[in-house]
Amino acid sequence: MFMLQEAAADAAKTALNTNALLGAGIGMGLAIIGAGLGIGRIGGQAVEAMARQPEASGDIRGAMILTAALIEGVTLACLVFALLFKVL
Amino acid sequence: MMQAPDIGGMILHHTADAREIAFEWPWGGEAVIPLPQWEPIQVGGLAIDLSPTKHVIFMLVAATLVLATMVATGRALERQRARGGAPKGLPSMIEAMVLYIRNEVAIANIGRHRGAQFAPYILTLFWFILYCNLLGLVPWGATATGNLMVTGALALTALATIEISGMVALGPMGYLKTIVFTPPGTTGIAAVILTAIMIPIEIIGKLVKPFALMLRLFANMTAGHFVILSLLGIIFLFGNVAVIKYLVLGGSIFFVLFMMALELFIALLQAYIFALLTSVFIGMMQHEH
Repeated sequence: MFMLQEAAADAAKTALNTNALLGAGIGMGLAIIGAGLGIGRIGGQAVEAMARQPEASGDIRGAMILTAALIEGVTLACLVFALLFKVL
Repeated sequence: MMQAPDIGGMILHHTADAREIAFEWPWGGEAVIPLPQWEPIQVGGLAIDLSPTKHVIFMLVAATLVLATMVATGRALERQRARGGAPKGLPSMIEAMVLYIRNEVAIANIGRHRGAQFAPYILTLFWFILYCNLLGLVPWGATATGNLMVTGALALTALATIEISGMVALGPMGYLKTIVFTPPGTTGIAAVILTAIMIPIEIIGKLVKPFALMLRLFANMTAGHFVILSLLGIIFLFGNVAVIKYLVLGGSIFFVLFMMALELFIALLQAYIFALLTSVFIGMMQHEH
């Protein structure tokens, strides 16, 4: 009887762990999709703007790098939290 | 039946902090330098442990290297200028980077006069983070900036600089106006409610920006090392399979070389981004409203 309870508790714990890992995995995938879309758009529009006005290339390149880094920061924050899911 | 290799443990062993510096030899065995462990100091209710760990030692190495680089570069440039003619070689590259950070990052974002005053801090951020990142890529090196507390401390200095410089530049009333301000275009009771709602949002905003700086640097550095170590760990997972293991070996080493080249670029970029964003935030506080 006691062993059954222990086995049930163990199963519940591993189920929780599996669910946490599943959540972390899906969360990471969604975050990467968001980052890919965002940075892809920045890159595309930056290149387009440089083609329209080559004199502004330097400014556009700077703004592109800055904005891409900000979006990357958000994505990596999500990755760190997903790592937390695995550890906790 | 051989036991499955502990890839997760290996990855954590190589990226986390440790109380000893270990040099593993390729032929097995290792040389270990144990680091002293001091008694924690009791300050109020906290026990602060000041004993040096691996990342502390590597931060000291990075700081010493930055000092040596700058002193040597300064002397070499003086000698070249005294002889007349344009500077050339390694000192000229270091000078170009320093001038770029000073002019295009610090002064461009903070303004002429104040930019020159903040340039030493921004330059210190850039060079220290760059050397810390690069030290993780040499053999037996560890990335000090792959430690959340190290990047947290750097972000804390950024937070202190941003807020205190804002208070000095705007005065106490002007600084309060960056927290308690009426969104333009609203009048009457809506303005009061909106202003009350904006206060916690602004305060959280001030704390979130350095927090994002900390997470961005830490995650970029650690993620690269995780990928490299995981790719190398895959070799061991396939260690028993007959022919495929050589394919896996070749493919894995190829990808690891590519990832390490990417890591070099990311190290430079992340140091630049940290310095750039800090100077952008300082500039925002200088010219508020």
